[in-house]
Amino acid sequence: MSRIEQNMSVTGEAAATLNTGQKLASFLGMSGLIILCLAAFNLNFPNKVLWLSIALGSIIAGICWFAQATYSGRPAGIKNDGVWFKSMTSRGYLAYLTGLGLTGFYILLYFYPEYLGLRAQGDNVGLIALFDPLSYLLSGNPASQWFVYGTLYTIAILAFGVKFLWKYRHNRYEKLRTYSVMFFQLAFAFLIPEFMSRLNDDGMNLPYYDLKNIWPLNYYNFEQYRIDGFLSSGDIGLALLIFGVVSIFVITPILTYKYGKRWYCSWVCGCGGLAETAGDPYRQLSDKSLFAWKVERWVVHSVLVFVVLMTTAVVYSYLGYDSSKYWLTRDVFLIGVGVFLSLLFAAIWYFKRQELQKDARYGAIGYLVIILGLIAFHYFSGQNLFLFNAENLRQAYGFLIGSIFSGVIGTGFYPIFGNRVWCRFGCPMAAILGMQQRLFSKFRITTNGGQCISCGNCSTYCEMGIDVRAYAQKGENIVRSSCVGCGICSAVCPRGVLKLENGSTNNRITTENGVVGENVDLLDLLKQKSL
Amino acid sequence: MEHIVIIGNGIAGITAARHIRKASDCRITVISGESDYFFSRTALMYVYMGHMKWDHLKPYEDWFWEKNRIELINAWVDHIDFKNKELGFSSRETLRYDKLILATGSLPNRFGWPGEDLDGVQGMVTKQDLEKLEERTSGIHHAVVIGGGLIGVELAEMLHTRKIPVTLLVRENGFWSSVLPPQDAKMISEHILAHGIDLRHETELEEVLGDEQGRVRAIRTTSGEEIPCEFVGLCAGVRPNIKFLESLDIETHKGILVNEFLETSVPDVYAIGDCAQQKKAIGLRKPVEAVWYTGRIMGETVAQTVTGTRTSYQPGNWFNSAKFFDIEYQTYGWVFNKPGLNEQHFHWQHESGEKAITIAFDTETGKFKGINTFGIRMRQKVFDRWLNEEKTITHVLSNLKAANFDPEFYERHEAEIFKYFTKNLQNT
Ligand SMILES: Cc1cc2nc3c(=O)[nH]c(=O)nc-3n(C[C@H](O)[C@H](O)[C@H](O)COP(=O)(O)OP(=O)(O)OC[C@H]3O[C@@H](n4cnc5c(N)ncnc54)[C@H](O)[C@@H]3O)c2cc1C
Ligand code: SF4
Ligand code: SF4
Repeated sequence: MSRIEQNMSVTGEAAATLNTGQKLASFLGMSGLIILCLAAFNLNFPNKVLWLSIALGSIIAGICWFAQATYSGRPAGIKNDGVWFKSMTSRGYLAYLTGLGLTGFYILLYFYPEYLGLRAQGDNVGLIALFDPLSYLLSGNPASQWFVYGTLYTIAILAFGVKFLWKYRHNRYEKLRTYSVMFFQLAFAFLIPEFMSRLNDDGMNLPYYDLKNIWPLNYYNFEQYRIDGFLSSGDIGLALLIFGVVSIFVITPILTYKYGKRWYCSWVCGCGGLAETAGDPYRQLSDKSLFAWKVERWVVHSVLVFVVLMTTAVVYSYLGYDSSKYWLTRDVFLIGVGVFLSLLFAAIWYFKRQELQKDARYGAIGYLVIILGLIAFHYFSGQNLFLFNAENLRQAYGFLIGSIFSGVIGTGFYPIFGNRVWCRFGCPMAAILGMQQRLFSKFRITTNGGQCISCGNCSTYCEMGIDVRAYAQKGENIVRSSCVGCGICSAVCPRGVLKLENGSTNNRITTENGVVGENVDLLDLLKQKSL
Repeated sequence: MEHIVIIGNGIAGITAARHIRKASDCRITVISGESDYFFSRTALMYVYMGHMKWDHLKPYEDWFWEKNRIELINAWVDHIDFKNKELGFSSRETLRYDKLILATGSLPNRFGWPGEDLDGVQGMVTKQDLEKLEERTSGIHHAVVIGGGLIGVELAEMLHTRKIPVTLLVRENGFWSSVLPPQDAKMISEHILAHGIDLRHETELEEVLGDEQGRVRAIRTTSGEEIPCEFVGLCAGVRPNIKFLESLDIETHKGILVNEFLETSVPDVYAIGDCAQQKKAIGLRKPVEAVWYTGRIMGETVAQTVTGTRTSYQPGNWFNSAKFFDIEYQTYGWVFNKPGLNEQHFHWQHESGEKAITIAFDTETGKFKGINTFGIRMRQKVFDRWLNEEKTITHVLSNLKAANFDPEFYERHEAEIFKYFTKNLQNT
């Protein structure tokens, strides 16, 4: 094996070299980035409008041109030639360099925004100040580090979205969902909240709200300052607050039942949007081992437990005791959460016992932890016990999960661990949607009888690290909580074996363990045990 | 404890091992001289093209075998003593067995072409072939591939992705026309040409020419043309890998002869996969079938037999699939390159030249016999049912939607196909 690997990486140069167009395009894009870097180093650009336009324009144009130079003039079809020869996409030095750059940016953004030009007093300077013209244009306010980030994020999804569209131009499923994430990012995550903040002048106090960013992904949605903001903003504010609650408790379950978690993870979500566009070249880097799957289940569900506890604690902390002032008191809230979770757990247990055998233990543990937590809140609340202090919990969550996990590791490490590390291991929203997808959904990936040749393309290019082949080669449907329905496994399959479908919930989870057309007795024999 | 030994760690041998383990606690040993672990031979091309690394080709993680108590030996068997139930390895070691399953796969055909042993002439079947290919094609300027079949087009695509100009020699006047009907073959030929492959129809290899160092420098075709090249890929089919058995007391012909229970002429010795040859052909199937899924079904079947439930090999309706550059191909039932007696072909082709179907049906009864589909994925389950229920072509075409397996939102052509059918065929 080692001989092949070595040879492949040494002699793969033919496929790995860039053509002239790609080189020029990279140069153009990089020069845009360099302008931004210079701004960060406090080089004062006289005409901000001009230089910002040049910088962002060259980044967008560079990426689109690169896509054009890569894919146009070549026949439509799967474009994975040389993926494992290129330094950038096979954890070579370019990948590490990019990873380092990205993580560095996230560390500055989250922890040292002053280096980007944030000033506690007076006007911002540097990179942030360079974005002022655009920010004034949209919201009427000066730029913040989050505005800079949001703009670059949106540009990344749009420009790399164009690249993705070109790459998969033969595949309408891929095209539609890419248009969708591009739209939701531009409109919902970027423009609407900026416009909304214009409303805030006349007596309104709306918090920045990306409507598609649903709790628990948006873990801070029910914090006191936001609730206060919503409640003090009249009907619109109230409507937004109600929408926030309805999104997770009503809209999400309905859509996930009908279409699987993909409606969110690869059609709407911004994290997913970035992963599917800018992150697409790195999807093959996900870890497919059984061990990684075990780690995934523990970690992602722990984050879910963590966010439920944290949010409960936070809401609890600003509710009152006196039911005559407001019906929702601390105790009513705690009991409510407890009853809701018990009912949920009981319902799952009742309806899905058979399918749950293995996972039930983990579910029960998670449930128990939360319930114990609730009880603890109740008894220790006055005493400010460190572990259950709401503010500490919130800060710990924001630091560990919100910043380090989803930003620094989740995105910064794209070129090393793949593009969906956050979505797979960290996202509590994905955990909730995943449970629903596994237990109550019409979605599955159907396998086409005995056509699978076990080639492994599907598993290799599954960004969630699902060993798709393990199911396909047995003729089993793929019903996995982590599947985000990106459809790439189906696209890269050279034998037309996989189809993402919404269908009847009966027989959704098959263990056919054989092939249509085989001897019927043989099928019966094979069904008895599965290995 | 009973010891079952399997020679060959391909899909056939490994499937047998897995299913024997499901049904029994006996000792299982799998031997192969090619690789430490089972890998997907069908995916060799993707390693060369940089889509995957070698490790991605392994369908099971390395710990799987020990956990399931399947012992693996990486060595060549060069002798079998059937009387004493003992294998001899090339290292002179031996191993005893109680039951033996031969799953030795196939080797590329060679036809004794002059110069076929020169450095730079090779097939594309084994891991070692892939390694040689990697070494031999680095920095070369032209390659020639002989043979218009499934492996030939894969090898052409592989070289093409490394930007090596390829000449592909095909004996017939259309790609894979020994199998595909003329219109299908023509469409694929055009697709291959459109990708920039120098596809030569009706051209055969006469001789491979070498230089002083014994390396390929050119080939000469039967029409006398000389094509300079530094690499020649021989892809003119495969044959069962049974050389080491030929002097032994076991019935062989092209392959190892087996009955419907996959039993050979020697008691307690079975043969499965590419190396097996059915004494009595099953339906219209060839007696030797070198395809992935038949190897798997034979493995599943023989596992039942050796663990006490004697089971016959019943592969069901014929199906298969392949991919020619960007065009996916699937087939269900029988569509031969020429319509048989009382048989007719219905052919529809999309204007893009990248999608088509060809359906074979009975001229008198209209009975549906089989379909070739290009660029449109179809559901095996549905066609399997239609074949078993002996539906007519009209039924198939009016329900074609139910068989569609393309990804969601893909453009659909059922209405167009049906219209084309009623216009052109139904009234004739
Ligand atoms: C490039 C390529 C592409 C293909 N694509 C497709 C496809 O798309 N679809 C399809 O259906 N089929 C395809 N095939 C055919 C398919 O791969 C074979 O039918 C299948 O692999 C046969 O499996 P097997 O288990 O019978 O034998 P093999 O996979 O050949 O395994 C036999 C093993 O036994 C070992 N062995 C043999 N003799 C000895 C010995 N004396 N001692 C020790 N070890 C020994 C060999 O080294 C080998 O490792 C393709 C084949 C090739 C080469
Ligand atoms: S299983 Fe397929 S659709 Fe699901 S995440 Fe993996 S590649 Fe995407
Ligand atoms: S890509 Fe298709 S043929 Fe290959 S292993 Fe996956 S399902 Fe099977």
